[in-house]
Amino acid sequence: MATLELSIDQNLAVGEVRRTHRLGPLFWAAIVWMVLVFAAAALAGVLPFSPTDMDMLERRAAPSALHWLGNDGLGRDELARLIYGARISLTVGLCAPVIGLSIGGALGMLAGYFRGRFESLVVGSMDVLLAFPPLILALAVTAYLGQSLLNLTCILGVLGIPAFMRVARAATLTLARREFVIAAQALGATHARILLRELLPNVFLPLFAFFLLGVAVTIVVEGALSFLGLGVPPPISSWGSMIGEGRESLEVAPRLAFIPAVTLFLTVLSFNLVGDTLKALTDPRQSAL
Amino acid sequence: MMQDTMPSGLRDPLLKVEHLVVEYAVGSKTVHAVSDVSLEVARGETLGLVGESGCGKSTLGRAVLQLRRPVSGRVLFDGEDLTAMQGETLRRMRRRVQLIFQDPIASLNPRRRIGDIVAEPLVISGVKDARQRERLVGEVLSAVGLDPGLVIGRLPHEFSGGQCQRICIARALVLNPEFIICDEPVSALDVSIRAQILNLLEEMKARYGLTLLFIAHDLAVVKAVSDRVAVMYLGRLCEVGPSEQLFAHPAHPYTALLIKAIPVPDPDVRPAERVAVGEPPSPIAPPSGCRFRTRCPRADQRCINEVPELREVARSQFAACHHPLIEGG
Amino acid sequence: MSEPALLSVEAVAVDLPTARGNLRAVDQVDLKVGAGRTLGIVGESGCGKTMLSRAILQLLPKKAKLSGRVMFDGQDLARLAPERLRKLRGRSLAVVFQDPMTSLNPVLTIGTQLIETLQEHLELDGHAAKKRSVELLAAVGIPAPEQRLMQYPHQLSGGMRQRVAIAIALSCEPKLLIADEPTTALDVTIQAQILDLLAREQRRRHMAMILITHDLGVVAGRTDEVAVMYAGRVVERAPTSALFKKMRMPYTEALLAAIPKIDAAPHTPLPAISGRPPDPTRPLQGCSFSPRCRYANGRCHLDKPVLAAAESGDHQYACFHPIAIKTGVGA
Repeated sequence: MATLELSIDQNLAVGEVRRTHRLGPLFWAAIVWMVLVFAAAALAGVLPFSPTDMDMLERRAAPSALHWLGNDGLGRDELARLIYGARISLTVGLCAPVIGLSIGGALGMLAGYFRGRFESLVVGSMDVLLAFPPLILALAVTAYLGQSLLNLTCILGVLGIPAFMRVARAATLTLARREFVIAAQALGATHARILLRELLPNVFLPLFAFFLLGVAVTIVVEGALSFLGLGVPPPISSWGSMIGEGRESLEVAPRLAFIPAVTLFLTVLSFNLVGDTLKALTDPRQSAL
Repeated sequence: MMQDTMPSGLRDPLLKVEHLVVEYAVGSKTVHAVSDVSLEVARGETLGLVGESGCGKSTLGRAVLQLRRPVSGRVLFDGEDLTAMQGETLRRMRRRVQLIFQDPIASLNPRRRIGDIVAEPLVISGVKDARQRERLVGEVLSAVGLDPGLVIGRLPHEFSGGQCQRICIARALVLNPEFIICDEPVSALDVSIRAQILNLLEEMKARYGLTLLFIAHDLAVVKAVSDRVAVMYLGRLCEVGPSEQLFAHPAHPYTALLIKAIPVPDPDVRPAERVAVGEPPSPIAPPSGCRFRTRCPRADQRCINEVPELREVARSQFAACHHPLIEGG
Repeated sequence: MSEPALLSVEAVAVDLPTARGNLRAVDQVDLKVGAGRTLGIVGESGCGKTMLSRAILQLLPKKAKLSGRVMFDGQDLARLAPERLRKLRGRSLAVVFQDPMTSLNPVLTIGTQLIETLQEHLELDGHAAKKRSVELLAAVGIPAPEQRLMQYPHQLSGGMRQRVAIAIALSCEPKLLIADEPTTALDVTIQAQILDLLAREQRRRHMAMILITHDLGVVAGRTDEVAVMYAGRVVERAPTSALFKKMRMPYTEALLAAIPKIDAAPHTPLPAISGRPPDPTRPLQGCSFSPRCRYANGRCHLDKPVLAAAESGDHQYACFHPIAIKTGVGA
């Protein structure tokens, strides 16, 4: 006679990952900073600052009651530019990897699941894309299609596709051979159902953790491009362009370069921390006794 | 040749495998996983398929379900050829034949709730009414000895190996299939849990009127649940016969070797010294003629040149050997 | 036993801190193994047998706390300086693990791994080490040993890899070999060969051996003494023959009964043990086996039985209602 399992309390597996341990103070500090940056970006329009009003008499002025972080080389309010810069960085930082995540993730899952010639084709074309020098591509696109936020986002998005494809494919390869996928096939599930119902929920978390790291990288890259003058066109301020402009005033007012640099650094660090934490959380390990 | 494998009275096999060949590529080499295997399973019987790792028994199980397409040969389920089916027809056929795997925890999607997992076959086969699904899921979970209320909302990692296997069995039963292929269902479980699951399988077989193909490497386990047993070695069938008879009087030297190698929990039985010689050859380059000849004490020139065919050596017992241990039939 | 024990495990307990509280993986275990003798440790997953072997080898996870003494050749391993312990391991104290694919380094050749061990412990020079390696591989039954030295673990079959692991373990003539489920991952015909090999080498070298397994069949013919573990404790210990013929602990009886026997008729219902092994983070008040034991009564749920010998000194068990069977084997 089959035995009845009456008590579920005894069923909890020993040694599951304990989530509470890993969320230390650094993690929460990162979350707080991210919330701050997001809030600033979202509320920029509502705040009583203007990033474009130039006050020529106050060029490179030190922080004052009116201008909390002082003024930049053209008399514009530094804090306002910082906040508006957050908008740019976050917009590009989030939208570009989304392109990578959706296209790269989909291609990776399909390649890892179907394998064969399709996989070779996908991996091959991604290798070609990876071999393309990214800066040249950025220059070419901006030269042909002009400098704009949209173009910048698209370039960075496309450049991120191979990396996402790799992560998705790796995750799918290990999962597609597991018995629960074969079980679904044995039940007569269609490929679409297996991809969406069985594989996607498992591939999603590592992909999302990678996404957050991708955001960090994109923000830096956007900063670098803007620093070089290839990013967003003036007068739109981006942290990178602010650093670039601040270069000229390094002896007189070094804060003009350092403040956006520090802000950039903290934001990227926060995304990295959260991304790493998520990666650690999605890695269930069970210890054997 | 194969007609007389049926126990008297049952002439209509539910499953008929004819000259199945399954090969797959590993790099530039070919693995001859299954080479010309033919067998039958009668309605209501349990056929045990036993062999060591690399013999192709798991591949055979998957090839029957067309999860791995055979290179040649036919698989007839209730008279219909599965190898000729594709797409929707095959998917519909698959609902009548189910599969249970070795690793119960890996057989369950770690991110889905048990209720969803067990209901999945119903969803795929088009049972739209959610309440009806819930009812069927509850019934089948109770049948395998789990309390539906406590189990449905949980995730697989909250359960032990034995419980996960019960859930897998429930999932296999929910569509009321006719045939279940069990691929090493208890190998990954503890000894005390093994007995529970084996008893459960026997009980479910009786209750749902199932036919089973029970694949395992443990002879004692296979004997405990099977009516007839087929022994495989390196992609070929060595011997087929009724369980009791086969183990009492094995005809094929490999079967005899397997039986001798089993550790017996009796301290007075000295383990047979020098039980086996050598290692099984690789399925990439199987030996010519009889594949067991490299380890067989009875092998001779004929064994190198000629592939032995399955022939009757005793009533309902067949062996593929030029020098079987018992002659007659 | 006339000789003093080579290995004496005294009141060893292993505690692991987990998020859900303290986990007592091994609970007050006493064991002795003499030179040239084989001790079998039998138990299912979670019974603590692997943790016990790690405790003996002093290879516990960092968070684990070990109490008690592990006396090996007169020294307490738990209190030994790390450098001396390191010299002991591999030399006098050797291990063979379950999965040779993970216990052998996949990126080093067999030869490198063997020669490294020899050079480290016996201080042989390269040429002598290589010669000895070839001898060892031949001794464990590997054909064409010179060629094998150049091969990588993945090029060998599971049985071959395990033989290599055994060769490495035996290379420095250890006094004690711990084999932790050495054949569980192998086929039954290879299992027989590997167990024969271990028995033969043990006899030749007069080595002590601990054979850890979940399979009662494996210990039956190949051990001098058996200790059965359940929920971190030794629940029965006896010379092998006595254990099978006169088992006392209901768990041992149930474990034996649950194994399908090759001479039983098909479709004989198996006497399964109901329920599941206990959760080590929630120790029960009484006997750990009591929820599943068919003989249990009130006292079993309240008090913990202690491992003690009743009639003969070498047959110990921890039970308030020991069973007395005349013939413990063959249903």
